[in-house]
Amino acid sequence: MNPRLTQRIAFAILLICTLIVIVPVLLIVAMIIKNGAGAISWEFLTTMPRAGMKEGGIFPAIVGTLYLVFGAVLFALPLGVFASVYLTEYARDNYFTRLVKLAIVNLAGVPSVIYGLFGLGLFVTFLHFGTSIISGSLTLGIMILPVIITASREALDSVPRSFREVSLSLGGSKWQTIKRVVIPNALPGILTGTVLGVSRAAGETAPILFTVAAFYLPRLPNSPFDQVMALPYHLYVLSTQVPNVKSSITYGTALVLITIVLLMNLFAIIIRSRFRRRKRW
Amino acid sequence: MVSPKISVKDLDIRFGGIHALKEVSLDIMNNEILGVIGPANSGKTSFLRAVNRFNDLVPNYQMSGRITIDGLDIYGQVDRNGLRRKVGMVFALPVPLPLSIFDNIAYGPQLHGISSRKKLCEIVEKALKAAFLWDEVKDRLKKPAHNLSGGQQQRLCIARTLAVEPEVILFDEPCSGLDPISTAKVEEAMLQLKSRYTIVLVTNNTKQAARVSDRTAFFLMGELVEIDKTDKIFTAPADTRTSDYIEGRFG
Repeated sequence: MNPRLTQRIAFAILLICTLIVIVPVLLIVAMIIKNGAGAISWEFLTTMPRAGMKEGGIFPAIVGTLYLVFGAVLFALPLGVFASVYLTEYARDNYFTRLVKLAIVNLAGVPSVIYGLFGLGLFVTFLHFGTSIISGSLTLGIMILPVIITASREALDSVPRSFREVSLSLGGSKWQTIKRVVIPNALPGILTGTVLGVSRAAGETAPILFTVAAFYLPRLPNSPFDQVMALPYHLYVLSTQVPNVKSSITYGTALVLITIVLLMNLFAIIIRSRFRRRKRW
Repeated sequence: MVSPKISVKDLDIRFGGIHALKEVSLDIMNNEILGVIGPANSGKTSFLRAVNRFNDLVPNYQMSGRITIDGLDIYGQVDRNGLRRKVGMVFALPVPLPLSIFDNIAYGPQLHGISSRKKLCEIVEKALKAAFLWDEVKDRLKKPAHNLSGGQQQRLCIARTLAVEPEVILFDEPCSGLDPISTAKVEEAMLQLKSRYTIVLVTNNTKQAARVSDRTAFFLMGELVEIDKTDKIFTAPADTRTSDYIEGRFG
């Protein structure tokens, strides 16, 4: 066959594949915006749900989701960063550490409902935290740990060896080198990974189902041991558990959730691109 | 007789199965530039990196023999970080840290606990002057170091090494990425520095060794073939392998 023709056919196939990926996503987003935009108002965002969630706003669910995500990061970010510093900088490269690294990568693929059951078993029941923000945050934190560790390890590995050698050659200790050269240069990559983990945490229902989420709780939590409502679970409840909800409320909730997740991803993209402009190696 | 600054005795280095350096013994005097020449894989860099214990970073490194600086065994009681402060190193490619010019130089002193801004300014100025870079950068110390040209970057790295006040400076093919004019400037800096420091210069460029060093050592396949006054090595070497290499018959 004529090579130019082959090339055209190949391009066409590649284009079609790309479109198959993009178009449904755009359609979903368009549908959510079309059906949900009407519900969005200051009142919807800042008031309690009323009349069995059929009226009013989703304020407690937004606040709940933000609390949960914040708690998860507070727990998972330091733990994940320190663990990955240990794995990349200190741990010897042997069979055991390779197994640990492989296990961490695989943990990222464990279904989120498993994390939910784990959180129920460990935090809610065994540690007596009850169904509470703290249980939910810790469960989400454990779920995003593999994401943070994997991203952090890549970021740490990508700091050039020569930077470390310079610091050591000037008489710096290993820890000084890690603290002053390696971590600062890996930080944007670590933050990007964290934000991506967080946006996953914000959208998950299964891990919070048994550990924190309240079905209907039209007030704000008083302590970390309170239950809260959360956007993904609220969306699930509105769509399946409550009869005769106006579709605009359901779609409005979805729109808010999707906007929060997209904003987080946008934030990650901005960090990365600002860093790329500065990076010169 | 003057006692040597660095004394290397029966230094033998292996990396796993690779025998990188075989029973090398030599002395390096105060305030001299020792040139180390030889083809690739002759053990020059392994030798150099033994002196500041950089080989320790390689997992399967084994060495035997002794290296003393001022009579002290550097593989004995001496702490590695203190040793590396005393024995500075300039790498083949300039490696400015992604910081400003000022912060690159101040990095080393800060590691060793100097935090007074005034003191740091003095150190930075002194180091940049000693590396012949001050006049070119004094108006833009806050600018990122990687905006400098290659030759300037390498002199910045020299200044950074000087800022922690070493006694010995190891140069590992410092001009391999530089153009002739930048090379000349770096060489000029080295010649000036020799009055205050002991310098070991590993180079792929035999002419550079001829221009700069007082004595020259020729390494081949992990062995020290010959070490002597640079004039002698380049005009009347004792070993035919040395003359073969210098005249470009191999390597």
